[in-house]
Amino acid sequence: MAKKTSSIIEVRNLTAGYQDNIVLDDISFDVFAGEVFVILGGSGCGKSTLLKHMIGLYEPMAGEITIDGINIISANSKQKRQLLQKFGVTYQSGALFGSMTVRENLRLVLQEFTTLPLNIIDTVCDMKLKLVGLEGCGELMPAELSGGMVKRVAIARAMALDPDIIFLDEPSAGLDPVTSAQLDDLIIDLSKSLNVTFVIVTHELASIFAVADRVIMLDKNTKKIIAQGSPAELKQSSDNPFVQQFFHRKSSLEQ
Amino acid sequence: MPVKIAAIRRYQQFMSSGVENNRGAHVDFELVGRGLRVRLCGRVDSYNSGGLYFSITRQIKKHSPGEVIIDASEVDYCDVAGVALFSWLFAQQQKKSYKLTIQNLREDFKSLLERLKTEQHEKTKPTINPISGFINSTGRGACLLFKEVFDFVSFTGELTSAFCSILLKPRRLRLKDTFVIAELAGVNAFGIVSLIGFLFGLILAFQAAITLKLFAAEIYTADLVTISLLRVMGPFMTAIIFAARSGSAFAAELGTMKINEEIDALKTMGFEPVRFLAVPRVIAGFFVVPLLSIFTSLFGLIGAGIVMLVMGFPLVTYYNQVVSAADMPGFIGGFVKAAVFGVLISAIGCRRGFQTKQGSQAVGIAATRAVVSGIVLTVIAEGVFAVIYYFLDI
Repeated sequence: MAKKTSSIIEVRNLTAGYQDNIVLDDISFDVFAGEVFVILGGSGCGKSTLLKHMIGLYEPMAGEITIDGINIISANSKQKRQLLQKFGVTYQSGALFGSMTVRENLRLVLQEFTTLPLNIIDTVCDMKLKLVGLEGCGELMPAELSGGMVKRVAIARAMALDPDIIFLDEPSAGLDPVTSAQLDDLIIDLSKSLNVTFVIVTHELASIFAVADRVIMLDKNTKKIIAQGSPAELKQSSDNPFVQQFFHRKSSLEQ
Repeated sequence: MPVKIAAIRRYQQFMSSGVENNRGAHVDFELVGRGLRVRLCGRVDSYNSGGLYFSITRQIKKHSPGEVIIDASEVDYCDVAGVALFSWLFAQQQKKSYKLTIQNLREDFKSLLERLKTEQHEKTKPTINPISGFINSTGRGACLLFKEVFDFVSFTGELTSAFCSILLKPRRLRLKDTFVIAELAGVNAFGIVSLIGFLFGLILAFQAAITLKLFAAEIYTADLVTISLLRVMGPFMTAIIFAARSGSAFAAELGTMKINEEIDALKTMGFEPVRFLAVPRVIAGFFVVPLLSIFTSLFGLIGAGIVMLVMGFPLVTYYNQVVSAADMPGFIGGFVKAAVFGVLISAIGCRRGFQTKQGSQAVGIAATRAVVSGIVLTVIAEGVFAVIYYFLDI
């Protein structure tokens, strides 16, 4: 695999939190174009918060986030909308629109931002559903789907516009190992064939080793990045005890 | 409540008998010099620990021993509740000036105790300086108020700009959603609106007739009902029903969407939630409330007609009286008012929905606030309209 060095997302000196409670303290990192980038960390260390800052939902207390050369914090609404069309985002809960069928959920962005005729849009929707292994579920309502299916529809929806960057918030939580592995294959496929950049929040060790090019690990106590590198590097060479615990699945009680 | 009763009975048995037998737990006490020896047997679990707690603390209070020895050699089960009891007894050592030793507790229970033991049984309340606390809360309140006003202005601006963008490009309106909402909030409300209107007309006419009879002017009941329904009560009653029925529904729906991150999803997909969700609802409110208000007034007049019939006036007389009392400016005035009420209630409902915080309770709060704010806004607008119409001489 060619070394990826041109950065598509730059996070500089980001400090973020809620009211008085600082969750991330002065962190900086780059995401390179075309790589699969994983944000790791224990529960409650601010992984999802970081992700929501990267997609511009929350305003940081300090710091800069630049995506594709555009500063997402100071961008005007037109720039921001253009930027958002390059994104696909999947939320922890799936966040499908409950009043629409699966197909309508996928159709929404295509109808809004493309000039494709409806029959082509429907074909695209079916293809996206096939990608996540859900062909024939287009007419179901989100309430009729199982938890894992909701996740997969959400991923299909995130991919609807063939975005350059896909953000996934715990995509494999609640999926069975087989589906989870299929999802990993899909991520590898897309990143290889279409050069899609992935930013993934997860704690599935197996899928980290399967897909991740680079990993950063956040720590709850110091509120900083404690390790950075490929998963294998982290597992072997990091001397941080928390990283070692994480990769070797030790609980703190055993030490 | 058989379980509860059984528990109480167990507890009563426990308290009354000298040697307490508590379905599996058993305790007896022995005074050895200044020391209290507590012999525990059986199950120290979440069922029994409550009784044991009262029993042991009573003994400690009674004898105030210098030493408490718990002989746990015959404890054959001890869960977290039991561990909490021991831990509490340890924590009380200083306060009650005794020394606690637990003897012969089985190894597995002991390790559980060591792992979970905690010193803090009493919650310490943070002490707040009353003056700085007052200043703090006042400041916070002022900030919240300022933020609320700021949010209100920004929401109004967003809504207006969304409307302008739709006026420029009508294709951007989500027409299908608008019709669905209009059906839910309007067509489906027809039954309740007509029922309330009918009963309201009936009651109003009846009450008016009683008073007017004193002046032998019952025929003017028709005028009174017509004018009040067309100008004020028709739109007003409809607005109240709309706030309760649909304002709350909008807030609950958008609030749930917010909690499910659907609104975040919309934002990151490049849709403005206000244009996507609020505008169709406000437009639906704008068209639906005036139409409903016509039906409220119509059924109110029918109700009043029935009262007049019962009082012996022929229908034609009533009809002529209504027609002579109703005037176009009054009718149009009521119509305009109803449209404004519709916009206000829908907008505030959506806004309360967008403001929803986290948790299922927050949806309830949002719905409540939507109804309250909707009704308050309606009353304020009603007052403003009264002044405007007075000067316009309508």
